[in-house]
Amino acid sequence: MKVLVAVKRVIDYNVKARVKADQTGVDLSNVKMAMNPFCEIAVEEAVRLKERGVATEVVVVSIGPKAAQEQIRTALALGADKGVHVETDVEVEALAVAKLLKAVVEKEQPGLIILGKQSIDTDNNQTGQMLAALCGYGQATFASEVTVSGDKVEVTREVDGGLRTVALKLPAIVTTDLRLNEPRYASLPNIMKAKKKPLETVSPADLGVDVTPRLKTLKVVEPAKRSAGIKVASVEELVSKLKNEAKVI
Amino acid sequence: MADYKAPLRDMRFLLNEVFEVAKQWETMPRLSETADPETADAILEEAAKISQSLLAPLNRSGDEEGCRWENGQVFTPAGFPQAYRTFIEGGWCGLGGNPEFGGMGMPKTIGAQVEEMIQSANISFGLYPMLTAGACLALDAHGADELREKYLPNMYSGIWSGSMCLTEPHSGTDLGIIRTKAEPQADGSYAVSGTKIFITGGEHDLSDNIIHLVLAKLPDAPAGPKGISLFLVPKFLVNEDGSLGARNTLGCGSIEHKMGIKASATCVMNFDGAKGWLVGELNKGLACMFTMMNYERLGVGVQGLAAAERSYQNAVEYARDRIQGRAATGPVAKDKAADPIIVHPDVRRMLMTIRAMNEGSRAFSTYVASFLDMAKYADDSATRVNAEALVALLTPVAKAFLTDRGFDSTVFGQQVFGGHGYIREWGQEQLVRDVRIAQIYEGTNGIQALDLMGRKVAANNGKFYELFANEVAAFIEANRENPALAEFIAPLSAAIERLSDVTEHVLNQVKSDPNAVGAASVDYLDLFGYTSFAYMWARMVLVAKSKVEGDTSGFYDSKIKTARFFFSRLLPKTMALAESVKSGAADTMALAAENF
Ligand SMILES: Cc1cc2nc3c(=O)[nH]c(=O)nc-3n(C[C@H](O)[C@H](O)[C@H](O)COP(=O)(O)OP(=O)(O)OC[C@H]3O[C@@H](n4cnc5c(N)ncnc54)[C@H](O)[C@@H]3O)c2cc1C
Repeated sequence: MKVLVAVKRVIDYNVKARVKADQTGVDLSNVKMAMNPFCEIAVEEAVRLKERGVATEVVVVSIGPKAAQEQIRTALALGADKGVHVETDVEVEALAVAKLLKAVVEKEQPGLIILGKQSIDTDNNQTGQMLAALCGYGQATFASEVTVSGDKVEVTREVDGGLRTVALKLPAIVTTDLRLNEPRYASLPNIMKAKKKPLETVSPADLGVDVTPRLKTLKVVEPAKRSAGIKVASVEELVSKLKNEAKVI
Repeated sequence: MADYKAPLRDMRFLLNEVFEVAKQWETMPRLSETADPETADAILEEAAKISQSLLAPLNRSGDEEGCRWENGQVFTPAGFPQAYRTFIEGGWCGLGGNPEFGGMGMPKTIGAQVEEMIQSANISFGLYPMLTAGACLALDAHGADELREKYLPNMYSGIWSGSMCLTEPHSGTDLGIIRTKAEPQADGSYAVSGTKIFITGGEHDLSDNIIHLVLAKLPDAPAGPKGISLFLVPKFLVNEDGSLGARNTLGCGSIEHKMGIKASATCVMNFDGAKGWLVGELNKGLACMFTMMNYERLGVGVQGLAAAERSYQNAVEYARDRIQGRAATGPVAKDKAADPIIVHPDVRRMLMTIRAMNEGSRAFSTYVASFLDMAKYADDSATRVNAEALVALLTPVAKAFLTDRGFDSTVFGQQVFGGHGYIREWGQEQLVRDVRIAQIYEGTNGIQALDLMGRKVAANNGKFYELFANEVAAFIEANRENPALAEFIAPLSAAIERLSDVTEHVLNQVKSDPNAVGAASVDYLDLFGYTSFAYMWARMVLVAKSKVEGDTSGFYDSKIKTARFFFSRLLPKTMALAESVKSGAADTMALAAENF
């Protein structure tokens, strides 16, 4: 079975994001970029499926500028076999990403598609769901455990009330949550092998997808600064403040 | 304590923009097979990740807990065995190793950056793989094929580790007087007996086997350094099929309780007729250590830089945060009770000094590493010979100057914290304690200075020195008309003239005074260090000036400003050093020993 993993190049989680002076977006010049942490978990899961003999090939796809190839190489160094780069300088929105991924799915015919549940830059939490709808496949989001048996995949999902286990017919879409696994470090031999692995580049036009944005960003601003806290003298005072000032109870 | 952030930007600047190492690799067939810019970059990224998230978190806990000795067994602190597993699974022990036996064959210019990150995160941890890498170098360069085939693959993979057993209780600097004996056996092996002390990683719980490289003498060996041979003595004997056999007759008698690097086991090793095999030729043991020693000494120099880099990162964060007093030019943080201490010129002096020395050190170690690569991989012999001479000349400077200044810097970094720098929880005092050993082991810094001045400069009548001076002169000549560099070229040429002048002076003094070298050597090494750092800074600034326009990151602008600080505030030390050196040995030796 082939597994397709989508990875996104995002601002590194260690970086303190700053808004551009003209409020049109987050300032990404001279900022460290990295693979979205949830995507790392997706790659790790796919590589583990391969190591267990469940998957035969792991293909990673990334949509973004030329530099996104760094993240594809990272995934190849972690153990993926092949990369597909959909190159575009447009800031592609979730729906367009899902459409591009659908085109790649049609070409690659994977048995399982794993994505991060969301990317830490825009926090949309939409792409996996949209892709499932477009492909007509079953979806299991927020996975904390994935077991493939035969033509089925059993996925434990992290939901508000606890854990919910679902069984899906393959091919299916899985999106990862934090507890699914702990991604490994890339090993030196794999880093050195990564450069010899195939990486194919295509454009959105090749895939017949129009990626022109449909949303208009009006303004991006930093969250309001937190004001200093105060110490309360007693539980009574705390309760009274929660009731009367914060009005949360 | 600030989270450690690997200085990848500066490393890339040096590798890709200043020294353009990829161009060097292209000219060396054995390197061009393994190394290319993208792979190198991916390696740096991953080394940064491992250092930051795997090794740095164990630094303080390792120091608090230390190693434990129990009935001959040594236990490393909590978390070390697991971290070591992860580390070796990544293949990091074999980074610079020979690909024929499973090494990665990466150049030292990359290795030096990786070592810096590992040592910044955790010097104690870093020593275990560092000793293994050193043992592998000696074994690969001088061992018989059967030994290399049998031991190198498992050492490069880290499943087995290495140790270097030189020092004995009565014999440290002067290895000529060691007493450990090696008796030839009928089967071609040797029975090694004796006591070694201060053996880093001599025993521990990280690897399945420990391969000791031991200096010893045959019963009929000539006295002194010419009678020393090198032996490979494994903790567990290795069967023909590669599996582990009987325990060899050697053991760890105890471990030292020491000032720093507490998570690194420093062992007393007793060899009791232990089975060993000769590495290299009989009585050539010290010579076998030389190739390895240049790599190790550069690696120890990098420890000095690594600790200073960590100290700097902490100190900068603290200086921006700690408020105390007001800026001399008027309040800066008007909404606060006081200004952050980074406004005070004396705090700036300390931070700028650390920064200027660290960036100079990183450039210098990369520069020396590039000669190590040329000496090992260059195709034509002229380039190799030239590079070998420069490695010989510059390695003692890298070892001593980077660790002496690195130690100073960790003290500055501690000073920035005031009283809090003396308190354990901030981590600054540990860096001072941990880096202190780098000035002592792998040949004390005093011995490095003697080596530089005696063996590398005086012994060949300044021939090696001339190679270096000519390179600097050529750089000056090429940039004399460059207006962007004018402010740096003049002081650089004054500095190299001063060094050449002092070198000649000493070469003359040596003829009449046997103490001349010994009395002047440490000051001479410092003079050499500051002068070569001036050359490094000029090279960095040449690149920075050409790229500063339109750069919004501030990187090149900071480079140029730090270069100015180095030239105006630190390079003038060379004048005082030159005066000291030229004053000769008489006043140093005047007092009778009994009058001290
Ligand atoms: C934590 C630690 C780890 C170590 N790890 C190892 C290891 O893995 N393997 C190993 O073999 N050794 C190891 N060593 C030993 C270390 O390399 C020696 O301590 C060092 O070489 C100095 O030897 P010594 O202690 O006998 O000092 P000495 O040689 O007694 O020197 C004392 C002082 O005299 C000076 N001096 C000596 N001779 C001369 C001279 N001819 N001219 C001028 N000055 C001179 C020295 O510079 C020094 O200041 C380690 C030591 C420590 C503390």
